Amino acid sequence: MIYLNSFLFAGAVCLLGQIILDNTKLTAGHITSIFVCLGAFLDIFNIYDKIVTVVGGGAMVPITSFGHLLIHGALAQAEQYGFIGLLTGMFNLTASGITAAIIFTFIFSLFFKPKD
Amino acid sequence: MRLKDYNEIVNRHKPKEHKVQNGIIAFVSGGIVGLIGQGLIDIYSYFLEIPAQEASIFATVTLIFFASLFTALGFFDKWVTICKCGLIIPITGFAHSMTSAGIEYKTEGPIFGLGSNIFKLAGSVILYGVVSAWIFGMIRFMILGG
Repeated sequence: MIYLNSFLFAGAVCLLGQIILDNTKLTAGHITSIFVCLGAFLDIFNIYDKIVTVVGGGAMVPITSFGHLLIHGALAQAEQYGFIGLLTGMFNLTASGITAAIIFTFIFSLFFKPKD
Repeated sequence: MRLKDYNEIVNRHKPKEHKVQNGIIAFVSGGIVGLIGQGLIDIYSYFLEIPAQEASIFATVTLIFFASLFTALGFFDKWVTICKCGLIIPITGFAHSMTSAGIEYKTEGPIFGLGSNIFKLAGSVILYGVVSAWIFGMIRFMILGG
């Protein structure tokens, strides 16, 4: 059942992005930025947390989960250290993804050449 | 030639966009990426015997690795032109934008080429993500207290 939910949720988010891309003048860069903000916004009232418990991995894959993890890490630290925790904890949960992307990019760009 | 006639001719020769077809392809390909994410979480949490939260980190890193590798090998670009948002919206699009920028600009040197341009496309995601998370975090911290 969680697999069906994953498929439907991830597909629906991508479909929403595709509809925006086809019918407005916004580019892919605009849409990913909007979706990150949307993911952070949905976490104000724990809505995205509820989606994650129902949908599982399908909610962790779209870029909306990036915003969700940013605000989640910041708030977890803010509970302990007050307002300064919003700054220290911002990248706590997303650091793995960003670091992995940087390292893989560096390694692959050393060994591979542009195709054209 | 009047402007109205000109616009008519331009509209006739514009390539037609198949919006419905694009939507279906984006839905199916995005859904498959979501399925792979959930499948990886189950595989990792079963074989490595770790909780689902840690397994989701492994799954995200795996997706980023394969998106970077396929971009470097050259055939991820073709998939993106077919699937469009189905591969741009998931985390694969983040890795794809970084790796393609890195490989493209590395000819301009390691500092001002690769180093300055690696976040050329992915930087907007991080910038607006951090700013919006900070603002919404402030709002929630002041209203609900964490």
